[in-house]
Amino acid sequence: MDFVNAIILLLNYIFIPALTYGSQLALGAIFVTLIYGILRFANFATGDMMSFGTMMTILFTWYFQSLGVSLGVLPTALLAIPFGIIFMILYMLLIDKFVFKYYRNQKSPPVQFAMVSIGVMFVTQAVVRIIIGPGDRRFFDGEKFIIKAREFKEMTGLNEGLALKSTQVITIFVTIVLVSLLFWFLNRTKTGKSMKAYSDNEDLALLSGIDPKKIVLVTWVIAGILATIGGALYGLDKSFKPFTYFNNMLPIFAAAIVGGIGNPFGAFLGGYVIAFSEILLTYAYKKFFMYILPESMEPNSLVQLLSTDYKFAVSFSILVIVLIYRPSGIFKGKVL
Amino acid sequence: MRKNLNVIAAYSIMMVLILMVGIFQSWNIALSIFNLCLISAVMTMGANIQWGYAGLINFGIMGYTALGGLAAVLISVDPVQEAWRAGGFDILMSLWLIVVMVLVIRFILKRFEKSKIRTYSIAAIIISGILLIRFSAEPGIEAIEAVDPAKTGFLGGFGLPIIFSWIVGAFFAGGLAFIVGKVALGLRADYLAIATLLISEIVIAIIKHEDWLTRGVKNVIGLKRPAPYEVDLQTTDWFIKLVEKFNAGKLSVIENLADRQAALNQLVIEGSSVFVKLCYSGLFLVVVIILLILTQKALYSPWGRMMRAIRDNEEAANAMGKNVVKQHLLIFILGSAIVGIAGAMLVTQDGLFTPGSYRPMRYTFLIWVMVIVGGSGNNFGAILGGFVVWFLWIEAAPISLFLINFFTSGIPETNALKAHLIESVPYFRFLLMGLGLLFIMRYRPKGILPEKIEIK
Repeated sequence: MDFVNAIILLLNYIFIPALTYGSQLALGAIFVTLIYGILRFANFATGDMMSFGTMMTILFTWYFQSLGVSLGVLPTALLAIPFGIIFMILYMLLIDKFVFKYYRNQKSPPVQFAMVSIGVMFVTQAVVRIIIGPGDRRFFDGEKFIIKAREFKEMTGLNEGLALKSTQVITIFVTIVLVSLLFWFLNRTKTGKSMKAYSDNEDLALLSGIDPKKIVLVTWVIAGILATIGGALYGLDKSFKPFTYFNNMLPIFAAAIVGGIGNPFGAFLGGYVIAFSEILLTYAYKKFFMYILPESMEPNSLVQLLSTDYKFAVSFSILVIVLIYRPSGIFKGKVL
Repeated sequence: MRKNLNVIAAYSIMMVLILMVGIFQSWNIALSIFNLCLISAVMTMGANIQWGYAGLINFGIMGYTALGGLAAVLISVDPVQEAWRAGGFDILMSLWLIVVMVLVIRFILKRFEKSKIRTYSIAAIIISGILLIRFSAEPGIEAIEAVDPAKTGFLGGFGLPIIFSWIVGAFFAGGLAFIVGKVALGLRADYLAIATLLISEIVIAIIKHEDWLTRGVKNVIGLKRPAPYEVDLQTTDWFIKLVEKFNAGKLSVIENLADRQAALNQLVIEGSSVFVKLCYSGLFLVVVIILLILTQKALYSPWGRMMRAIRDNEEAANAMGKNVVKQHLLIFILGSAIVGIAGAMLVTQDGLFTPGSYRPMRYTFLIWVMVIVGGSGNNFGAILGGFVVWFLWIEAAPISLFLINFFTSGIPETNALKAHLIESVPYFRFLLMGLGLLFIMRYRPKGILPEKIEIK
């Protein structure tokens, strides 16, 4: 019985939260990797673009709520996400037209692109803060839990409860659907294949008649979808605050590079690598050992490898180690 | 003279702008803007050495600034004897363990050929070393943090004058840059940017959470000052006489003796804080001028020419027999050390150390905007960038408030949109910075004062 309790404990505090957080990171990481692979620059505006998409979703959620439209047990935000995506894509295309296109035509080095993206980061931050403010916003409605910890305990008679939040299930489900659609698109359709070709060798792709304008357009559309959904899911699960989104850019970068930048599948797995290592290394295992060890060997301390304050530091250290020993990432980057 | 006309013109405009703030807002604000402009100028000089001279991208400026600030704390705060007695031994033991660990790893690296076993054994040493240090230091750390946690709860520093920390800060930052440079300088430009950004976040995480060393988010306040205190000045005779002399015309108009005394007191209070700020301005100005002379000399020396050669064509410079890796490391350390000085200066001016306030937006990206806007590769440009951008960063809110009021003057005060805009005035500074950066990069990619190379 203690053994089952220990497993439930790990499920509740490590596995499910890490899977959720990993999914949110994975969507962002694929966004970074796509921009890097096709438009060839590290986009420092990633986090703020995600917060822009989330902000649009929140605004539409409020609008629907004021109209009295709701999805019952599901959060209204799910209804608002498509509208958020449209605005996100429009914003990205606008920025591409007025900012990035010039440097693309000039064939500027990636560093210059990165600098320009810092300018875009400042502007986007200003836009988000001016429209919605810097404060903390919760926009979740509907049923909060699928299984409550107390109900689970009563149901199974175990000591440990397993709480399953509906946002967690929604996040994981949406991520699986979205990522499988994306890989189907990249590997099976003609446009997706031409994107891969463009990423592998630009000149060769242009020679074989691939239209670069179309590739760029499709890339921004996919990026907009990923950014909005990734951001909105994170906001639903935790809360929306522009500054947190800016900070999330860092683990997202870590995930993309750990997975091998330019490689969407690597970025997808990289998100989970980062999330699991962050949570596994900072969790206090005291209770877990209390269940599986005999009473005489129970630990006195928290059995925590690192304090939770170092959560971010864990993912950054992993990234630095990967950069040094395997700069192409765990899953060999630069193949889209 | 003619050649430097644009430099002189740009700096004169900047000075006039600051003087206008002094006349129209207050001299206190003008001087605090000026002081932070000087500190920003030091930071941009550091970033400019790395980016403008050598083409190395360093997004870790925040980390080096914070280390400089930490140096200010460790140098100037008096040692907390009780904390040393409680846990000093454990901390020293752990430091020993770290030294031993590094030596062992060095020994293994030197002695054995590269192999899988060597890599794994080094990894094993590091992991077991970290666990060992955690276990040995834990009781000490807890004991130190338990010593009067509301006031101290940390080891304190050396109790020396805070000015020394400007040099120590440079060494701290240079030391970190040595480690980072050894590890990351081989990376491609954009990877290097990301790696340095993340390493600086790790540094901040450590400073924030190692309370025994830095008090963490509890902040260290009331640091020693190199300048006199306002309260002391207000009771000093010569200072009161000085203020009286300066404002003799204004005071003589007032007939009533009691009123005149009250007015004088008010002037003394205002004057004292202006005087303190002027002291800081003088100190900072000395640092900026010294650094400017050194960096200019370096730029036009054979070494500066070599750096530019490496920046413009690494392979050619390598073929000419220049050690590119070594020079990159050197310039990375030098630039970071200058940023470390700025970090210590910043904490000296504020008189407090708040690890929570170190954010990449303010301490990394804003500095980069300064370098790009001012003109990378040109020291005068970089300093001007520090001045212009910091001035706009502070004055953006009043300017945008004025513009909003001007354009919406026909709309009543109660209008929701107008109220919302006025409420979000502080965020227009981000917009201004972003647009400024984008416009400069598009239409004047070399900055306001571009790099010009003349062989003397």
